[in-house]
Amino acid sequence: MFRFIVEILEGLRIAFRALRANKVRSVLTTLGIIIGVTTVILMTCIILGLNKSVAGQFAFLGSNTVYVNKFEWFSHNWREMMKRPDITLEHMRRIEEESELAVAVSPWAETQRTVGFRERKLSRVDVGGTNENYILTNPARPEIGRFITAADVQHNRHVCVLGYEVAQRLFPQQNPLGQRIKIGSIPFRVVGVQERIGKLLGQSMDNYVMVPIGTFMKEFGRHHWMSIIVKASGPQEVENLVYELRGILRRARHLGPLEPDDFGVNQQSSLMNAFLRIMGGVYLGGFLIAVISLVVGGIGIMNIMLVSVTERTQEVGLRKALGAKRWMIGWQFLIESAVLCSIGGVLGVGFAFLGAKGVNGFLPTTMPPWVVGFGVIFAAVVGLFFGIYPAMKAARLRPIEALRYE
Amino acid sequence: MQNNHLIELRDIEKIYKVGTIEVPALRGITMLVRPNEYLAIMGPSGSGKSTLMNLIGCLDTPTKGTYTLAGEDVSRLSDNRLAEIRNRRIGFVFQTFNLLPRANALHNVELPLVYAGKPIGIRRQKAREALAAVGLADRTHHRPNELSGGQRQRVAIARALINNPSLILADEPTGNLDSVTGEEIMAVLDEIHRQGNTIILVTHEEYIARKAKRIVRLLDGLIEKDDYVS
Ligand SMILES: Nc1ncnc2c1ncn2[C@@H]1O[C@H](COP(=O)(O)OP(=O)(O)O)[C@@H](O)[C@H]1O
Ligand SMILES: [Mg+2]
Repeated sequence: MFRFIVEILEGLRIAFRALRANKVRSVLTTLGIIIGVTTVILMTCIILGLNKSVAGQFAFLGSNTVYVNKFEWFSHNWREMMKRPDITLEHMRRIEEESELAVAVSPWAETQRTVGFRERKLSRVDVGGTNENYILTNPARPEIGRFITAADVQHNRHVCVLGYEVAQRLFPQQNPLGQRIKIGSIPFRVVGVQERIGKLLGQSMDNYVMVPIGTFMKEFGRHHWMSIIVKASGPQEVENLVYELRGILRRARHLGPLEPDDFGVNQQSSLMNAFLRIMGGVYLGGFLIAVISLVVGGIGIMNIMLVSVTERTQEVGLRKALGAKRWMIGWQFLIESAVLCSIGGVLGVGFAFLGAKGVNGFLPTTMPPWVVGFGVIFAAVVGLFFGIYPAMKAARLRPIEALRYE
Repeated sequence: MQNNHLIELRDIEKIYKVGTIEVPALRGITMLVRPNEYLAIMGPSGSGKSTLMNLIGCLDTPTKGTYTLAGEDVSRLSDNRLAEIRNRRIGFVFQTFNLLPRANALHNVELPLVYAGKPIGIRRQKAREALAAVGLADRTHHRPNELSGGQRQRVAIARALINNPSLILADEPTGNLDSVTGEEIMAVLDEIHRQGNTIILVTHEEYIARKAKRIVRLLDGLIEKDDYVS
């Protein structure tokens, strides 16, 4: 055991000495490893970051909420679905009347318009139409002012509530409350500003204005993508609510028992699932890139180690003459290969760190310490693996031939 | 009966195979060496001197015959066992010194102790002593390219001595040195011999061989003459 430690230390010393002698070559050969480790670490950081932020972000959709839409989310049968009838306010009325499990119901219709205050203009702002119940179905709170009221909805008033970012950009100096803005070409009065939500997948979630649903339909058209947001009393009631809503909708649409739903009742969890599925794909892609570059890098390492063995045939012969056993020589080259790759791993982690900083603007990232260790150890393992063949070659050199070698 | 012999070579043959051609390098060598002998092997180029030295040094095994080193039959041992024996029993001095170019004198000298599994403290101390013994106490941290040829060969001799071997093998140790430096190195070997070591050296030079107490002359893989120097 003690002897083994002596050997490890000696192997490390030899490895560092050899690598120092070939600095440029060493760094160049680790390029593949650097790329591989950078990819792995960066992907991991992005995915960890996304998971962390998205888990928080999706909460804003409301975990007890169910969405009645024209389509099932993430369904792909577009041609079939385009034929479906729209969701209308009439459906919402039916739900309000018939549902026993719904705690709150609000409509949601959405379009994009340029929003302006005097000479200041913001293009492509999401404009949403809803009613006073939106603050019950969604965790949306006014930061200042108030939300849309029942009276606003009843009288189709031209009032609006601003998303945090819209408020910041249209009114960097003034108080927005009571100001008149234009949504498209229609004037609206600002009655409130919503709390900040933040970013989801790099997109601001605060770039919107909300107006009463009736006003929305009058001014921006009966929008085809209207949906109904229904809140259950608790998470365990969500499934029952979905079941009940399907019944109500099917009755409203007069569907026969064998006909399929021609609407979608979606849950926040299905969004989360879809997100996870997408992330799985991203991860697989990144993983493949990483594996490929690590294999390429590993083969590069193997190649350079074979060169190194050839260059140092005399050294190997001498060491054997002086009593080095096979495994000692093999160990020496294995360590060298692992150290070489670990250096690539350290550089890769460094680049990944910079990369993570770089993409942080549009993608959330986190780099926990274990990722750093993982990157370096992973590289070392790659080095060990691709060092096996050169090490065996060195270990098997016969001392006389090695000593004769010029 | 064989106990007072350090080396017993009996009917040693060595045939190299080069492709399908067989090259007989040694064709039946029988030779006994006692402890503390000082023996020179001479002979024309290609007569088998290096081959014989490699066999004696356990760097290679004979095709036929038996080799007993210090009472142990070493003619059919595995690679790793031979490495152990080389490490424990044999000190090599090569014509081209064969030092590690990137390592300093101290590290070069301690190498056999590394493979003997000795901890670094003991290694350093013994290496310093061995370098001092060959007159290089002030050169411990020089690399080979910072040393003269004679100094390099002294480092190699220190390395050969460090593990207290039973046998020092020197294949043309002065071959790459000028005659004055060669004499110095021979003086070092003389001193080592006086201290009780067994030395076998290969040389071309008659005056070098005269330093030894016994000269074995090879010709075409056979012993032509085996004389004690008077
Ligand atoms: N590794 C080898 N492979 C093939 N032939 C060899 C090898 N080593 C030596 N020989 C041959 O064996 C013979 C003896 O060589 P060697 O022992 O080197 O002689 P010397 O050292 O006396 O010059 C020569 O004919 C040489 O060509
Ligand atoms: Mg020779």
